[in-house]
Amino acid sequence: LLQAKYKERGTVLAEDQLAQMSKQLDMFKTNLEEFASKHKQEIRKNPEFRVQFQDMCATIGVDPLASGKGFWSEMLGVGDFYYELGVQIIEVCLALKHRNGGLITLEELHQQVLKGRGKFAQDVSQDDLLRAIKKLKVLGNGFGIIPVGGTYLIQSVPAELNMDHTVVLQLAEKKGFVTVSEIRSSLKWETERAKQVLEHLLKEGMAWLDTQAPGEAQYWLPALFTELYSQEITPEEAKEAIP
Amino acid sequence: KFDCGVLLLSTHRLIWRDQKNHECCIAVPLSQIVFIEEQAAGIGKSAKIVAHLHPAPPNKEPGPFQSSKYSYIKLSFKEHGQIEFYRRLSEEITQRRWENMPTGQTMQANKDPQAGRIRAVGIVGIERKLEEKRKETDKNISEAFEDLSKLMEKAKEMVELSKSIANKIKEKQGDITEDETIRFKSYLLSMGIANPVTRETYGSGTQYHMQLAKQLAGILQTPLEERGGIMSLTEVYCLVNRARGLELLSPEDLVNACKMLESLKLPLRLRIFDSGVMVIELQSHNEEEMVASALETVSEKGSLTADEFAKLVGMSVLLAKERLLLAEKMGHLCRDDSVEGLRFYPNLFLTQS
Repeated sequence: LLQAKYKERGTVLAEDQLAQMSKQLDMFKTNLEEFASKHKQEIRKNPEFRVQFQDMCATIGVDPLASGKGFWSEMLGVGDFYYELGVQIIEVCLALKHRNGGLITLEELHQQVLKGRGKFAQDVSQDDLLRAIKKLKVLGNGFGIIPVGGTYLIQSVPAELNMDHTVVLQLAEKKGFVTVSEIRSSLKWETERAKQVLEHLLKEGMAWLDTQAPGEAQYWLPALFTELYSQEITPEEAKEAIP
Repeated sequence: KFDCGVLLLSTHRLIWRDQKNHECCIAVPLSQIVFIEEQAAGIGKSAKIVAHLHPAPPNKEPGPFQSSKYSYIKLSFKEHGQIEFYRRLSEEITQRRWENMPTGQTMQANKDPQAGRIRAVGIVGIERKLEEKRKETDKNISEAFEDLSKLMEKAKEMVELSKSIANKIKEKQGDITEDETIRFKSYLLSMGIANPVTRETYGSGTQYHMQLAKQLAGILQTPLEERGGIMSLTEVYCLVNRARGLELLSPEDLVNACKMLESLKLPLRLRIFDSGVMVIELQSHNEEEMVASALETVSEKGSLTADEFAKLVGMSVLLAKERLLLAEKMGHLCRDDSVEGLRFYPNLFLTQS
């Protein structure tokens, strides 16, 4: 009988707390509405403020982008902003995949996304892109973020890139290409290991081979060709973006 | 203690200034930096940049400490800016502009040997300008930040409460009703709090995702039929959100709803390939049967890459590749993996003895 009483008490306690949470949730919703009525524009227009907002959410353990049904998304409109950005990122990556094998610098992605959004759209920062990409990963499409030099390469295909590949990409970032000798001297690897990594990148279409280069063969990363940056996405490529 | 301030980058130096006491200012020449590395943020720790330094030259001016057993300094970004700062700092270190540009202003050092502080005249002038500019544009911002901080305090209380409830649930192990669980999960969903018990973001069982799953079954029937019965989750995400225009789905919303398709006995299902690629298929779709027709196509042509197969059949390259991989897994095709690409051939080892 005693045990049953304890159990009953336990149930009552949880019920109380749930009721309390429900009330506090309603209050919070009101606070958020008030905040939104004053500052929703600020979030829309100001990338810096968005960063502050996101960082503060992360600090307290809240993910404002987890669901479109969440309060944050519904009332501040942050959800729509990032989810739409996700669609635009996917489209750009699909359109350019045949050029770069599914690797693109954050800079180029930024430029192309801005172009696609048009002159009158809200400003989008690189931080915004990174956050949208982190959310896209859950769709199982191979989206990944690889730090290189002072920036990032964005991967958008489910190709396996391990630490070896990443390190070679970082080495190639300086000049846009890399050779076997450079890998051997910088990373102190055996030729075989270097060749395996480079061949994998070739197979994935992320690297192109220039056997005509003076000296030894050069492995170029199309993702890093700055000359290609401002090239428009052609109509054929745009069709690819919407399969 | 140097734990609350602003980090400034010039072509020649890295400068830190205390947020409250503007006269407290320390700097290190960029030429002293050997290399920098990033440390990602984690639970309870902020993102950092670690700067490894050369040994101090003999004519170095006194700094905040007499000596250190470390040859590096760590810059902790408690609020934000680590990514952008790392990028800029890398650029400056790579470009080494200090070698070409003599410093235009001489630095007056008012040394207070007790506190070890240095006041640099040039910096103060720059800061004043920044301060004025900031005041103009930031009046609105500071109000917004204040309001944001207050809001976050309240949100934090919600997080604490949810943790406490979750602990109670864990302790009781099944004495909580299903109705209460559903309510709790929907509260977590509204606030964007990950389920503290299961750690997944409401993987199953919220009303919202059940409704969404049913909606998706309706919306996707025709598109799926038009695309041969199968679509990648990425395609679905784009299709659904473009159609919606507003009140878009988050990627997690979509995944969580799709996970419920099968248990709700809807005519679609979620399938995950070995590669991690996620697709939605019509229940009536049988990928293994499609493999048989893929084999025919490949045999007719002798051999095909995923790109070629995709063009022939009118599929996305992603799904074409998955089909060929599945055919290979089932033993019908074998691969020729060279630098020219991945090409599939009918598996003659199987058909011819």
